[in-house]
Amino acid sequence: MEPVAELQAVSRLYRMGDTEVRALDEISVAFNRGEFWSIMGSSGSGKSTLLNLLGCIDRPTSGTYLVGGRDTRDLDDDSLSELRGADIGFIFQSFNLIPQLNVLENIMVPLFYQEKPSLDGEESARSLAERVGLADRMSHRPSELSGGQQQRVAIARSLVNDPNILLADEATGNLDTHTSGEILDLFREFNEEGKTILLVTHEEEIGCQAHHVLRLKDGKIDEIGQGVG
Amino acid sequence: MGVGSLLLHKLRSLLTTLGVLFGVSSVIAMLAIGEGASEEAQEQIRQLGSQNVILRSVKPPEDVVSNQSTWSNNYGLTWNDFETVRDTFPWVTRAVPVRALMQDVRVGSNLMHPRVLATTAEYLEATGRLIYQGRFLGVEDQRRTANVCVLGYEVARTLFPVSSSVGEQVKIGPEYFEVVGVLLPRVPIGNDAPLPGVEITSEVLIPLSTGRRWFGDMQVKIRSGGRDIEVVELHEIIAAVDSAQHVPLAAAASRELLARRHRESDYEVVVPLELLARAEETKRIFNIVLGCIAGISLLVGGIGIMNVMLATVTERTREIGIRRALGAKKNHIMLQFLVETVVLSVGGGLVGILVGVAIPSAVEYWADMRTIVTIDAPILAFGISVSIGLIFGLYPAWQAANMDPVEALRHE
Repeated sequence: MEPVAELQAVSRLYRMGDTEVRALDEISVAFNRGEFWSIMGSSGSGKSTLLNLLGCIDRPTSGTYLVGGRDTRDLDDDSLSELRGADIGFIFQSFNLIPQLNVLENIMVPLFYQEKPSLDGEESARSLAERVGLADRMSHRPSELSGGQQQRVAIARSLVNDPNILLADEATGNLDTHTSGEILDLFREFNEEGKTILLVTHEEEIGCQAHHVLRLKDGKIDEIGQGVG
Repeated sequence: MGVGSLLLHKLRSLLTTLGVLFGVSSVIAMLAIGEGASEEAQEQIRQLGSQNVILRSVKPPEDVVSNQSTWSNNYGLTWNDFETVRDTFPWVTRAVPVRALMQDVRVGSNLMHPRVLATTAEYLEATGRLIYQGRFLGVEDQRRTANVCVLGYEVARTLFPVSSSVGEQVKIGPEYFEVVGVLLPRVPIGNDAPLPGVEITSEVLIPLSTGRRWFGDMQVKIRSGGRDIEVVELHEIIAAVDSAQHVPLAAAASRELLARRHRESDYEVVVPLELLARAEETKRIFNIVLGCIAGISLLVGGIGIMNVMLATVTERTREIGIRRALGAKKNHIMLQFLVETVVLSVGGGLVGILVGVAIPSAVEYWADMRTIVTIDAPILAFGISVSIGLIFGLYPAWQAANMDPVEALRHE
């Protein structure tokens, strides 16, 4: 199976004053199409740094990151933006919807930045909103929605450009157990349709639901195991 | 999408645009008032006749005169001057003598103090004035020393508010005169003379010979301290020159002639062409001053916008991070904030144009000043407000575009 995202000996260093912090240290891992991964670790283990690299909003200090076989080192800032827009869907812990836009407009934001705007963009945004159960909330503002509903909007938004990879950063961290379960169900549903899902979490009961579990410790891979999913 | 976030902060957007609004409206209003004032001045100068050289008697300073004579003033242009100008200056096609008489004009109990001018039939052509009703003074009136007069429009309207004045009698000093014509007003009738040497007042014209016959050369002015006796042969000589090119020559010759003949400066030479040139110069200076003031107010407006946009960028750091993560390029972010700034400044500019066009109308209505809103003033103002948005929006937009997405997303 071809990997949709592959890290080869990737390191990320931060300079803080005189000291150098090695947030990621020689990480090598390949994520294949249709896999459901959880990335776990305590705070400071390098989860967020890894997520930023995977999402192409940050670049490795050394090593190679391939997305769909393309080396991201060769891409400039604009090309990375295009790559993010087309191949990667972001889902955040605090939902990160744009407050002045309504549900439908929020879902459509990524379409706006596409090189080739799809003709039926609004149509696909509507059907996604229906799939995540927000058919009757299209013209609501984020502030009028519950946390679970906001996260559904975010999931619909992450999928509107039909990316291969979904990156979820503590996507259930602000939700109660019941709503978390519903969101996880949505992830499973889209995973079964072929999306590669990378779920960053520190919650054991969430993380273990994935097919594969990657545990980080001090910027290194501690363990790659199987989940119960 | 940029407009949406502007509406989110209605009051702030409104306050931000005020700077540009005032800047733009002051540019338009000041241009209109300046243009109007200059147009009015030029019109008045043109009415003096741009191909004329006007020689005037001027009362010399009091102390100089009092040494010569304690009770009577003898000054001003002479008939001799007039004849020299008329007969010896090659470029002068026509010379018109004018005497100003200090006389009241009344009809029944209606009393006025217009300028009573005694002159010849050529006055009309030399000054380019137009007849409204009846006729002007003729050569025949001159010869017969007829008691006829031509009224200025204002005088006719004041003395005969309802009926036509032609054919009626008016009393000038102690004598009765028949009204034979009414002049069109000098448009526009301003409140005051904007330039030295330009007088716009109401007037009554009578034949030169008639004036001389009834009122002589001597004028007695009664003051609180006693009596002032003035002897002035001629108050004004209007010399029409054959072409504009010869006006400076005629002016120089007149100045030289008068300087030679008059020991004191009891005369002045008014050259409308020179005044016109000076008016142009004044207008140019006025425009520069105006441009500076307008520039400063627009600069302040622009800085206000930039200030608010910088605050907006900081406030929306997270949104910028989100948009970047969702695929926005730096250019997209840059464009978004630039569009917002331009929308702000253009919004202010458009309202400013409306206000700026309204102010001159109000000034015209309340202050009775002429104003002219030229079509290029609003276009200029619009262009300025767009450029202000672009110039002052560039830095905040650049700052927004160059934020590190990782940092921006972490921003609370």
